[in-house]
Amino acid sequence: MASPIQCANLVKTYEGKVEAVRGLSLQIEAGECFGLLGPNGAGKTTTIEILEGLLQPTSGEVRIFGHTWAENPRQLREWIGISLQETRLSEKLNVRETIRLFASFYSEPRPVTDVLEELQLAEKADSWVGKLSGGQKQRLAVATALVGNPRILFLDEPTTGLDPQSRRQLWEIVRAFQKKGGTVLLTTHYMDEAERLCDRLAIVDHGQIIAEGTPAELIDRLGGHHVVEFQIDGRRTNHLGLPEPWRSLPGVESVRNEDEMICLNVREPHLTIPALLAAVSERDHRLEHLSTRQASLEDVFVQLTGRHLREE
Amino acid sequence: MSAGKPDYEQSSSAVPRRHNGRWQAYRYLLWVRILELKREPEVIFWIFVFPLLLAAGLGLAFRNKPADVTSVAILEGPGAQRTLELLRGSKTHSTIRATVLNRDSALHGFHFGRFDLAVAANSDGSYTYYYDPARPESVLSRAEIDDALQEESGRKNAVATTSEASSEPGSRYIDFLIPGLLGMNLMNSGMWGIGFAIVEMRQRKLLKRFVATPMRRSDFLLALTSSRLVLMVLEIGLLLGFGALVFHMSIRGSIVSVILLGAIGAIAFAAVGLLTASRAQKIESVSGLINVVMMPMWIFSGVFFSYQKFPAIAQPFIKALPLTALNDALRSVIIEGASLASQSGRLLVLAIWGVVSFALALRWFRWT
Repeated sequence: MASPIQCANLVKTYEGKVEAVRGLSLQIEAGECFGLLGPNGAGKTTTIEILEGLLQPTSGEVRIFGHTWAENPRQLREWIGISLQETRLSEKLNVRETIRLFASFYSEPRPVTDVLEELQLAEKADSWVGKLSGGQKQRLAVATALVGNPRILFLDEPTTGLDPQSRRQLWEIVRAFQKKGGTVLLTTHYMDEAERLCDRLAIVDHGQIIAEGTPAELIDRLGGHHVVEFQIDGRRTNHLGLPEPWRSLPGVESVRNEDEMICLNVREPHLTIPALLAAVSERDHRLEHLSTRQASLEDVFVQLTGRHLREE
Repeated sequence: MSAGKPDYEQSSSAVPRRHNGRWQAYRYLLWVRILELKREPEVIFWIFVFPLLLAAGLGLAFRNKPADVTSVAILEGPGAQRTLELLRGSKTHSTIRATVLNRDSALHGFHFGRFDLAVAANSDGSYTYYYDPARPESVLSRAEIDDALQEESGRKNAVATTSEASSEPGSRYIDFLIPGLLGMNLMNSGMWGIGFAIVEMRQRKLLKRFVATPMRRSDFLLALTSSRLVLMVLEIGLLLGFGALVFHMSIRGSIVSVILLGAIGAIAFAAVGLLTASRAQKIESVSGLINVVMMPMWIFSGVFFSYQKFPAIAQPFIKALPLTALNDALRSVIIEGASLASQSGRLLVLAIWGVVSFALALRWFRWT
């Protein structure tokens, strides 16, 4: 059985100039939830739309269950369900009518009531789409993707702009789909979403994959799973902010500066922190801030690119 | 169930899977389109109420005045009273409404169209007429008043004549107007109902969402066009019904011919609407385009007045416009009872517009 999604050397050039995607290759296995994580403008949407058969790549090849989009687009469309980054569904139709309409496009759709129940939209079945909250609209968008009984679910920024509760509801829906054997490809610029939801991830920047693996593997690359952040009294930070004095502390894998803060990637904080405190007092400085946390994908991204996910 | 397809039915009991037929998507697209139109109060107003208001307003304003009364202002002066008496005593006094007014208000009323003619009785017994050669009713009024004054002052006619009035339904302004309004309405609702609707869906990324499903693109376009046909029948019924009930308009041609003609017109304008909307990304830009396309036809295609008033050199171009063809054909069928076959030339004009627009639209159409 061919992989649900496979692509090789995708390139997309707009207007002969802007290279949105620059040689991107992926293979996503059945039952996986795969995430494309990257900042805005990294080429995630272009990539997912090429995979969905909505955009023609400038070069490169896409295969969905081993078939190209040119072979039999209608059959491929039966197999996939899509939620675009922003679709404003007709506001004067109600939820049930909207799902029914999408059901009519597929040869073997799921019963509309099942989908309404599953996406917790049963209560809103007779409400106009225009009257739904952001979270409900997004669940409806996913409902229109699921009603066709797809094997692959494509979600482009499914939780952008949603409140935490709505985001968790959507995550549940994605997991339920996966539990039934479905394959998911989603894009996100939320690292927590990528970490919790995705089995595997590709970090995308400037149209290329700069790292790929499970969330744990990616964090492992930092060398330490913990981050120790501290700040020492203002006046003399300048030269003290330089990494040299801190890199030699026990358990420190890497050092970086972030504004006034010094961040250490640390393997074993219980060894590092006493040594850090000793080093600080030895030099007659004063700690103004000290905290430790688990390393996140954000730290991975910053280490790889020197930038944060959410900044431009 | 095909191999490798995840089994959803195990979890959702033994509900038999529905299998959608070939036309399921078309049926739902059409149903949804009609629902949306029904829920959009502006649509109801522009498609159904507005043309009726226009018909009612224009029908009242241009209703044929009984026996075509002519309004005359007589300028105040020594001879004014005698002039009034002469006119009142004339054979045609029933069609003359004369008023004595001071010079200023008389001429003012004349300039503003309240009077067709102003008459001054001069001290030497002669009369001066103030008339406007550009206003047909003013020219007529001058002739009529002149005849009345001459005859009452003793002119003898060489030959005796009698006149008989004939003002039948079929030759009045409202009879001319209603088919024109019908044609214009079919154009308006075709252009907005297809053109605007498509660009709105494109702007909302709804078109893109649709083509991301197995929906056949032809089903979508077919459903949009069909929705126009459903509305077209209502539009025709409403306007002609209104004309028949309120203005006692008589429909000479067969209603089947009218509906077939309406269908051809609606489809032709749906195609023009589709072409207009084939690439526009924003509703603002398509609104402008639609107006640019429709504007010449509002003016030239004989909706409110006959296009014969335009210079002869413009006639071939005017007759090549789709709305001109539709209006002429509608008038021939509705007012004169012509058969559809006799309108084949005009139908051909509509067909060419429809087919060419549709072909170009398909070529240029952007779904995303």
